[in-house]
Amino acid sequence: MEYKDYYAILGVKRDATQDEIKKAYRRLARKYHPDVSKEADAESRFKDVGEAYEVLSDPEKKAAYDRIGSNWKAGQEFKPPPNWDAGFQFSGGGFSGADFGGFSDFFEELFGRGRFAGSRQRSAGFRMQGENQYAKIAIRLEDAYHGSKQTITLSRAVVDQNGHVRTEPHTLQVTIPKGITEGQHIRLEGQGMPGIGGGPSGDLYLEIAFAEHPLFQVKGRDIYYTLPVTPWEAALGATVTVPTLGGKVELKIPPNSQGGKKLRLKGRGLSTAARSGDQYVTLRIVVPEAKTEQQKKLYRDMARLMPVNPRK
Amino acid sequence: MTNEIIILNGTILDEETEFSLLEICSICTVPAELVRDMVDEGLINPKGSGPKHWRFTSLEIRRIKRTVRLHRDLGINIPGCALVLELLDELEELRRLSRCP
Repeated sequence: MEYKDYYAILGVKRDATQDEIKKAYRRLARKYHPDVSKEADAESRFKDVGEAYEVLSDPEKKAAYDRIGSNWKAGQEFKPPPNWDAGFQFSGGGFSGADFGGFSDFFEELFGRGRFAGSRQRSAGFRMQGENQYAKIAIRLEDAYHGSKQTITLSRAVVDQNGHVRTEPHTLQVTIPKGITEGQHIRLEGQGMPGIGGGPSGDLYLEIAFAEHPLFQVKGRDIYYTLPVTPWEAALGATVTVPTLGGKVELKIPPNSQGGKKLRLKGRGLSTAARSGDQYVTLRIVVPEAKTEQQKKLYRDMARLMPVNPRK
Repeated sequence: MTNEIIILNGTILDEETEFSLLEICSICTVPAELVRDMVDEGLINPKGSGPKHWRFTSLEIRRIKRTVRLHRDLGINIPGCALVLELLDELEELRRLSRCP
């Protein structure tokens, strides 16, 4: 287990006041909140920041954490000293990381033990459905187009025989149906948190997001693609090969097409049996550079033969 | 046990799957009052008139969960969340347009 430097994570000094700690947390939480941030590692950064704040904003946890000492380095292999937590009682408290997979092993080792021990004993004769769990998965557009099987690993809280709570990786293989779109959910019944007192487990909800694609943009079921063409292809018309999620297709460019013109490839978007999406191809005209005298003359001939004022 | 692979076929919740107020509350684990506040604020727009007849789609799950997280993690109130989500929608659209005019 690796040591985590909660002060460094929040960017505050070890003698920072509660006010400074709160301000630092608020600023970083806004910056890395997974619903707002575009940073690639936003989710893990946000988890770290939330965990650091959970400890440093709670006087008891902070005192216990400070007792471990400041000689540890972030990432260093860590084992808590014996009886380091004597005299402290942790209640668990808020769990702001809950939607994003819980806290680190380091946190669980220090503060997670025994959290649910009491509630388990009290649960005799008491039956309750487990909580629903939520996760967002980013899939490739190709996998949404064709349908696929995705292996996902989530961390989930488990209660061991002694009532200790730990997070464990939990691997699932999930069928992604053809034509799924961003923002849709897959409900996996009984894959949420375990029930209490023999109650049924909660459900797991997977929110679908798309990983960024090098060629395509997507909006709802429709796919957008920008196709570079030459001036003569645009002016004279041409048949060109265009990539789609389902493979290459031939697209006919009508004569006298302008840059920005949108052509539709019907049914080439994210489609299901009931609903179909299209691919829109936007033309972008690439103008060849005039380098030699002969090339320049060609442009001057064009200016003379085809006078046009595009600003009119 | 930890790394046991289970193949699962879930239920797809798309824009045609509809839920009542009670169902959406249970899916998102939120109280009905909060959902009512979000509807009042225009954050989510269920079909039907009045809480008894409201029909939510799965796309609302995402908005409700985002609102709950923004509220809990950043202390933003419901009107603030409505503004944030509107701006995020706009930002998303602008980003898409800037990559693909």
